[in-house]
Amino acid sequence: MPSSLTVADRLLDKKKTKKKERTGKLIVYTCALLIILTTLSITLFLIIRGIQAFTIDGVSPIEFLSSLDWNPTRSAEQGGPSYGALPFIVGSFAVTILAALVAAPLGIGAAIYMTEIAPSWGRKILQPAVELLVGIPSVVYGFIGLTLIVPFIREHVGGQGFGLLAGMVVLSIMILPTVTSIATDALRTIPGGLRESSLALGATRWQTIRRVIVPAAGPMLLTAVVLGMARAFGEALAVQMVIGNARTIAESFTDPTATLTTIITLNMGHTVPGSTENNVLWSLGLILLIMSYLFIILVRFLSSRRKFS
Amino acid sequence: MKKIKLGTIFAAFLLTAAACGADDDTNTGENGDSTSSEGNANAEEVSGSILVAGSSAMEPLIAAASEEFMNENTEASISVQAGGSGQGLSSIASGQVQIGNSDVFAEEKQDIPAEDLVDHRIAVVGMGPAAHPEVGVDDITTEELIDVFTGEITNWSELGGEDQEIVLVNRPDSSGTRDTFVNYGLEGNEPTAGAITEDSSSTVKQIIGETPGAIGYLAFSYYDEEGTVLPMSVDGVEQTDENVMTGDYPIWAYMHSYTNGEPEGLTKAFIDYLMGDFVQETLIPEMGYIPETGMEVERNAEGEESTK
Repeated sequence: MPSSLTVADRLLDKKKTKKKERTGKLIVYTCALLIILTTLSITLFLIIRGIQAFTIDGVSPIEFLSSLDWNPTRSAEQGGPSYGALPFIVGSFAVTILAALVAAPLGIGAAIYMTEIAPSWGRKILQPAVELLVGIPSVVYGFIGLTLIVPFIREHVGGQGFGLLAGMVVLSIMILPTVTSIATDALRTIPGGLRESSLALGATRWQTIRRVIVPAAGPMLLTAVVLGMARAFGEALAVQMVIGNARTIAESFTDPTATLTTIITLNMGHTVPGSTENNVLWSLGLILLIMSYLFIILVRFLSSRRKFS
Repeated sequence: MKKIKLGTIFAAFLLTAAACGADDDTNTGENGDSTSSEGNANAEEVSGSILVAGSSAMEPLIAAASEEFMNENTEASISVQAGGSGQGLSSIASGQVQIGNSDVFAEEKQDIPAEDLVDHRIAVVGMGPAAHPEVGVDDITTEELIDVFTGEITNWSELGGEDQEIVLVNRPDSSGTRDTFVNYGLEGNEPTAGAITEDSSSTVKQIIGETPGAIGYLAFSYYDEEGTVLPMSVDGVEQTDENVMTGDYPIWAYMHSYTNGEPEGLTKAFIDYLMGDFVQETLIPEMGYIPETGMEVERNAEGEESTK
């Protein structure tokens, strides 16, 4: 703003201000509209492609969601193809929940350490360490899992190494940064007054953390975990390399199994677009989309329950 | 080194087959490059650009061939993408690429207009069961192989080997390698659902090499001198190129390069190059594949075999 203009000039020059305001509004509205349109068209596209297996190819949705038998390329002499996606749905949930069970206490613990216990140097060391984990590409996690974790499990835990346990280890490390950083933000937004009041009442630091800070941040900490789970649910590459991708439900931690994403990535390139084999993969994708909508609804619900503001 | 050697052979090849340049049509653009080196005066340099996509098993071979081709034809640009046989077939059928690679016949895939496509069989790839080197078995009958992969036999001791649980390593449902192995190795029997499944042959190889008791299937090109995996002979027939060429060993597949209609211009020049002496006699054996020209038997889309 040129200094020659007085305050009165600037404020009174309504025409100019209005024009600027309109331009600004236009840009922002366009951006918002584009994002909404993108999301809507992706959703629409996935729904259209995802239901083709049921509407065009005549795959039974009930069989798709409840059958354990997945064999899209079986020849007619062997009994024909079958499209039961239940093992992958169960696999996705199992590995996601297991990863969250590991990552939630670790991530929230690290967040408490950074914000409450050792705020200055704790943050200086731990924050970059956690952020570094975000920058590692998932194929590297998968490769580390394949060369270190899988043989370790095979030798010290049992089984073939490939399976739920390996998937859980790799995924929990991958979602740790998400959980930690959102939990840290959550704890940081707790008004200082709460902390001080609690300490003034004679509570120890541990009592303050346990009885005041964590309950106050509870819904947001849960949001952190849910967002981590959403990431785990959608992760494909690293999981694919360590989980074994067997098309059966795992009976133990060390049994190989598969998730929705790994089946999609394994088969997408080999199938012909428009074929039944390809369409059922889109249906698996549709399940993933529905799940991510559910995760978002859950997050919105949790953040609306914030106890302070 | 390798590059120089290939270069020399290639130069020799060019001298003999100098006439295989493309004629003037739409793809060649402005050609008439008369500055070509000795003995090459009437070979027209082809130019333009084409896209090749498909089979990941074929990608290394096609990429190496296209690199050599582009060294000689500096005006030509060939992009090679992997992505899977299904993708290769669908992108050639829809005209997104000029060459679509596949390790299965177009007729075998649902929803592909096979009659529009022209099949160029570039090479043959042999495949077979490969096991961890310490399982104690190096020969297996077809019946035993089927029992192992369908989960009837679960311990190597049942085959006279070590007392070791069998770990199956599989490829994804629609993979071309799996198709071939199931059709010609397992007589159509699908492997059991409990098997570990991996997307790429190199991962399969790594897992077989590291997991005691593991068995899977690999293309011959993945076998190495160090013996990280053990190629098992099937019904007493060893997994060798010679046995595939004579028709004694049954598990093999063509590497198809499909074009949409008869190829023209640069596409034709490149297909001719792939079928030419240099690729067939030098590059293909060097990369672990079997030249199509060496086969004594042939096979049609229905899987029926006949002598050439």
